[in-house]
Amino acid sequence: MTDQSYNFAYLDEQTKRMIRRAILKGLAIPGYQVPFASREMPMPYGWGTGGVQVSAAVLTPEDCFKVIDQGADDTTNAVSIRTFFERTARVETTTATAEASVIQTRHRIPEEPLSKGQIVVYQVPIPEPLRFLEPRESETRKMHSLEEYGLMHVKLYEDISRHGHIATSYAYPVRVEGRYVMDPSPIPKFDNPKLGDMAAIQLFGAGREQRIYALPPYTQVVSLDFEDHPFEASKAAHCCGLCGAQDSYLDEVIIDDAGGRMFVCSDTDYCEARRAAGHKGKDAA
Amino acid sequence: MIELKNVKKTFTLHNQGSAVIEVVNDVSFAVARGECVALTGASGAGKSTLMRMIYGNYLTQAGQIRIGDTDIAQAEPRDIIALRRKVLGYVSQFLRVVPRVPTLDVVAEPLRATGASTDAAAERAKALLTQLNIPQRLWSLSPTTFSGGEQQRVNIARGFAFSYPAMLLDEPTASLDAANREVVLTLIEQAKARGAVIIGIFHDEAARARVCDREIDVSHFTPGIAA
Amino acid sequence: MTPLLSVQGVTKHYGSYIGCADVSFDLYPGEVMGIVGESGSGKSTLLNCMAGHLAPDVGEVVFDTRMDGPRDTVTMSEPERRMLSRTDWAFVHQHARDGLRMGVSAGGNVGERLMAVGERHYGDIRDQAIDWLERVEIDATRVDDRPTTFSGGMQQRLQIARNLVTGPRLVFMDEPTGGLDVSVQARLLDLLRGLVRDMGLSAIIVTHDLAVVRLLADRLMVMKSGRVIEAGLTDQVLDDPQHAYSQLLVSSVLQV
Repeated sequence: MTDQSYNFAYLDEQTKRMIRRAILKGLAIPGYQVPFASREMPMPYGWGTGGVQVSAAVLTPEDCFKVIDQGADDTTNAVSIRTFFERTARVETTTATAEASVIQTRHRIPEEPLSKGQIVVYQVPIPEPLRFLEPRESETRKMHSLEEYGLMHVKLYEDISRHGHIATSYAYPVRVEGRYVMDPSPIPKFDNPKLGDMAAIQLFGAGREQRIYALPPYTQVVSLDFEDHPFEASKAAHCCGLCGAQDSYLDEVIIDDAGGRMFVCSDTDYCEARRAAGHKGKDAA
Repeated sequence: MIELKNVKKTFTLHNQGSAVIEVVNDVSFAVARGECVALTGASGAGKSTLMRMIYGNYLTQAGQIRIGDTDIAQAEPRDIIALRRKVLGYVSQFLRVVPRVPTLDVVAEPLRATGASTDAAAERAKALLTQLNIPQRLWSLSPTTFSGGEQQRVNIARGFAFSYPAMLLDEPTASLDAANREVVLTLIEQAKARGAVIIGIFHDEAARARVCDREIDVSHFTPGIAA
Repeated sequence: MTPLLSVQGVTKHYGSYIGCADVSFDLYPGEVMGIVGESGSGKSTLLNCMAGHLAPDVGEVVFDTRMDGPRDTVTMSEPERRMLSRTDWAFVHQHARDGLRMGVSAGGNVGERLMAVGERHYGDIRDQAIDWLERVEIDATRVDDRPTTFSGGMQQRLQIARNLVTGPRLVFMDEPTGGLDVSVQARLLDLLRGLVRDMGLSAIIVTHDLAVVRLLADRLMVMKSGRVIEAGLTDQVLDDPQHAYSQLLVSSVLQV
């Protein structure tokens, strides 16, 4: 069944224009949070309403769409968002990173380097990196406009004083083009280095918080740190149990009641492609 | 060095029917370097008031009070503050300090305020406290808990910590025993010898006779009291 | 000598109600000025106008900046004013929790101003924080504890450390000893006196406690109904008040 009663990609044209204007403004001011009139979507907040609206605004009938949730193409959230656009926009969908022109993601950046012409759409729960230390929105906006970012380092300072190192492992704050401090959404800090100098367009949508921000291609993105505690993109010190990859971000999976566990690539497409090419990990059947 | 010209003081008590009390009028005298002058007169004649006016503690209604180049009657607060820091010392009858502060620090403070190092100020404070027979075990305690005589000696140590060119002494030997009285009189004589200008109130006649070069009877300036 | 702060004709209305009216004075480097008056006399309004928290309707607040000399902080841009308030100015609130980040460790609280002015070496920041904790008599072992675990007096001392770590030249204090036990007050006063003397700080202290100004302030302004009714040397104003209201204020203090 296709739903002819819906406009292309669910949202009406006026709404998509409004969102595109916010996206363009975001691209013009990298890292700046642009307010937009977020719509009610047929899914609960927290399930990617911001990302879905951004995807709806950028999709064209010729696009090929991919959705990942924590790297996986086959989780409920990914499957339902993919189905949503299959039905409302009738776009082609894929799980292959290289084939997709628009990739909506929750909390990961694909392992395979992205290329020119691709768009990554991030689902963002809390766009304001200063929120946890300064709850007043009026004050955080002022801090952004005046580049008062000392507070961001207070957060990292607290990490080190409590844990001996910077323990923030996801949603690790970055400085964009030496100007705005930005929350890269809850991607693992392992993915932070991919944010900078990327060939693809990166768009960030926060539905509940009604904010859109963006990184145009080849933007300078620097993870915040201290001189004596430099940023490190960390991952579990293992290889993928299935494909044997040493350079990919790993999920830890409990496999039995006896505490047995294995580490596998969180990026399912990457892992499958490697296995198809004959790579084999120690736990592969 | 200290010169008063036609000085007048009145108190207006706004909350008691705006009563106006004239304390002193047309006071004129001068005190030179190395000279010690005693203010005398019956109780209520205005000796303490005059001292407080010279210190800038009471406002002067008319006339001039010159200390060096500064006219206290006209000076800005900051000029008086600067004067008090390095020129004009004052030993009052009462000790007024922050509670909890050790005696040694209380005595060293005026010296610290002049820019002396912590160590130098502490050394001078120790020497004075020793000289004035304040037992060493009390040095680390706050003087607020001391007896009247001990407080008086701490006050004197504080007043003599820095070598002020001009000093005002309000009953410096009151409530002191013979030995400590002798120490204080010696300190006054030493101050005179180095050229300090001293104005004091001494009810202790023998002390007055010993250190003072002359007396000024304040009653002459007191309206309503026949001189 | 150039005044560090020169306040000229500062007036602030709340509708038809006068917050403060036509206040002028100069504050010189190293001077501590007290402002006393009853609740509603306008002393806090004046303090907030001077510290840039409120915009006066009329008047100038000229601060002698390090870079450009005397500048009117009322008309300077907000970024410049905010930069002043985290470098050359400090503001000590009556309630420590208004001036502290209660969810951040003591070290983080003290270090924030350092990080705000660009320090990026964790070890150095922490060393400076510990040094300042010790200067305000807080044990260095408490550096990683949150202020919620501190007593009221310790919180207030932490607030002072947090404010003074960048070596400001002018400190605004709003009832710094209010709400503290008398014994704790004395310790705080002694600490403030020492810091003012050793760092050559200038300060403006708003309080209704005459004992506090006698011990801390060189100069005193008495305010009533938004206006300064008397000003002068602290001990002169307290011992020989000229205005009817000042006389009432001084004579109303309970003697212990």
